[in-house]
Amino acid sequence: MVTGRGGRRRALSTAGFYGLALLFMLPTIFVFYWMITLSLKPQIEATAYPPSFVRFSVTTAGYREVFTKYPFFLYTWNSLVVATGCTVLGLAVGLPAAYSIAHWRQQRLAVVILVARIIPGIAYLIPWYIFFRNLRMVDTYGALILTHLIVGLPIIIWVMISFFEDVPPDLEDAGLIDGCSHFGVFWRIALPLVKPGVVATGILSFVFSWNNFLFSVILAGRTTRTLPIAVYNMISYEEINWGTLAAAATLITLPVLVVALLAQRHIVTGLTFGAVKQ
Amino acid sequence: MVLVATIIVYPIVYTGWMSLQEWFASSLTGPRFIGLANYAKILVGDARFREAVVRTIYFTIVAVAAETILGVAMALLFNREFWGRGLLRTLAILPMVATPTAIALVFVMMYHPTLGVANYLVTVIGLSPFRWTYSSQTALYALALVDVWQWTPLIMLIALAGLASLPREPYEAAHLDGATPLQSFWHITLPLLRPTLVVAILFRSIDALKTFDIIFVMTQGGPANSSETINILLFNQAFSYFNMGYAASMAVALFALVMGASLILIKVRRSAAW
Repeated sequence: MVTGRGGRRRALSTAGFYGLALLFMLPTIFVFYWMITLSLKPQIEATAYPPSFVRFSVTTAGYREVFTKYPFFLYTWNSLVVATGCTVLGLAVGLPAAYSIAHWRQQRLAVVILVARIIPGIAYLIPWYIFFRNLRMVDTYGALILTHLIVGLPIIIWVMISFFEDVPPDLEDAGLIDGCSHFGVFWRIALPLVKPGVVATGILSFVFSWNNFLFSVILAGRTTRTLPIAVYNMISYEEINWGTLAAAATLITLPVLVVALLAQRHIVTGLTFGAVKQ
Repeated sequence: MVLVATIIVYPIVYTGWMSLQEWFASSLTGPRFIGLANYAKILVGDARFREAVVRTIYFTIVAVAAETILGVAMALLFNREFWGRGLLRTLAILPMVATPTAIALVFVMMYHPTLGVANYLVTVIGLSPFRWTYSSQTALYALALVDVWQWTPLIMLIALAGLASLPREPYEAAHLDGATPLQSFWHITLPLLRPTLVVAILFRSIDALKTFDIIFVMTQGGPANSSETINILLFNQAFSYFNMGYAASMAVALFALVMGASLILIKVRRSAAW
C-alpha cells in the first residue's frame, strides 16, 4: 500500500515534469510547426482567422511559386558557393593559425581573435564596402566569401585552439624527432586527432555564412544574391502569398537545421566561443 | 598569420580612421579630415543617436534578463536523467541555427495584427490583442521576444553544463542542516553557477547589443523610430545616406559600448562579491 502510494506520487511527478517540459519547449516547436504548415496551406487558409492548426488542405503551390516566379535555384546555388567557399578557406587559414597559437602560446594573437568576435560586424562592413567598391568587386563571390570569413574565422580559430591544446606534446616531439617538419606534425599528427573539432567548426562556419544577412545585403548584387537577401526582398511585395513566404522560409532554414543536427554535440561549444565544453 | 591579422585588424583601423573624416560616398569629393567633430556630434548634437543608444541597451537588458531567468529555470527542470534528453538538446539547438531572416519572416506573419496567429493565441488566453511590431509602444518588446525565442535555449544549455559540473557535497550538508530546496538553490546553486552564468550572459549581451537581422527585416527601426537601435541607425547612415565618416564614428561608439559591457561582466566574474 505504502509503495503503491509512492509509485503513484512518482508517476504524478513524472507526468508533471513532462507537462512542464512540454510547456517550455512548446514555443520552439510551435514556430517551426507554424512555418511548415503555413508553407503547405493554400492562400485562403493561410490567412484564415481564426487560424486552422491541424485541419487544413495541403498544397505545394507555395513551393512551386518560389521556384517558378523567382530564380530560387540561383539563390540557393549562390548561398552554397559562398558558404562552402567561406568554410573551406576558413579552415585552410584557421587551422594552421589555431595550431600555431596553441603550439607556441601566442597569447596576443589569441586576444586579437577574441576582439574580432566582439566587434560589431557593421564596423567591418564600412571599410569593406569602400574597398570592394573601389576594386569593382561588389556583387562577386570573392567579396562575399572574404567578408563572411570574418564571422566564421574567429570561431574556427578560437575553438580549434582549445582542441589543439589537448594534443599531447610528446606525440608532437616524437614526430619532430622522426624527421617530420612542423607542418608535417600539424598535418599528420595533430590534425587527425582534432577531427571532431574540425567537423564542428566547419559546420558552424557554414551555418553562419548561410545565415548571414548584414554583409550580403550590401555586397551581393543581382547575380550573387544569397537566400536570406532573396527572402528579405520578397517581404517588400505586399501582395505576396503567405504560403509562398513560408515556403521560402522553410527552404532556407531546412538545410541548416539538418546540417547543424549532424554536429549538435559541438555546436554549443562553438556558439559560446569555446567557453562551455560539452 | 599575416593574412589573419590583415583580415581582422586592417578594417578596424580603417574604420577608426574613417570616423575622423567627413565623407559622403555618393559624392565626387574625397574624404575631408575633420578630427573629432563626428564624435562631438554623436555625443552632443544628435538626439536620435542618444535615443538609439538607450534603446539598444534597453533591448539588450530586457531580452537577456528574460533569457537568463527562463533559461536557468529550464536548466533546473531538465537537470536530471529522463527519457528524451537527446531530443531536448536537438530541439534547443534548432532556433539558434535557424536562419534569422527566415525566422523574422515567420514572426512577421505571426505578429500580423488582424490575421496573425499570435493575436489569436493571446485572445484564447483571455488577453486583448496586441499590435506587436506594428505599434511604437510594443515594437521593441515584440522584437525582444523573437530574440528570447531564439536564444533562451543557449542559456539553458550553458546552465545545464554548469549544473552538471557542480559538486554534490554541499547539497548533502545543506539537506542534513534542514535547508529547504529554495534555500539550497539560493545559497548553493546560484553562487556556484555564477561563473557559468556570467559567461552565458556575456555572450548573449555581446550579440544582443549587435542585433541587426531581425530588427531590420521586421521593422527597419520603425514604427516612428521606436525600434531603431544603434546598428539600424548606423546602417542607414552608411548605406542609405552614404555618410561614411559619421557612420564610422557610430560604429566605433557601438564597439565601445559592446566592449564596455564585456569588461563590466568580466569584472563581475572576477570579483568575489555577488
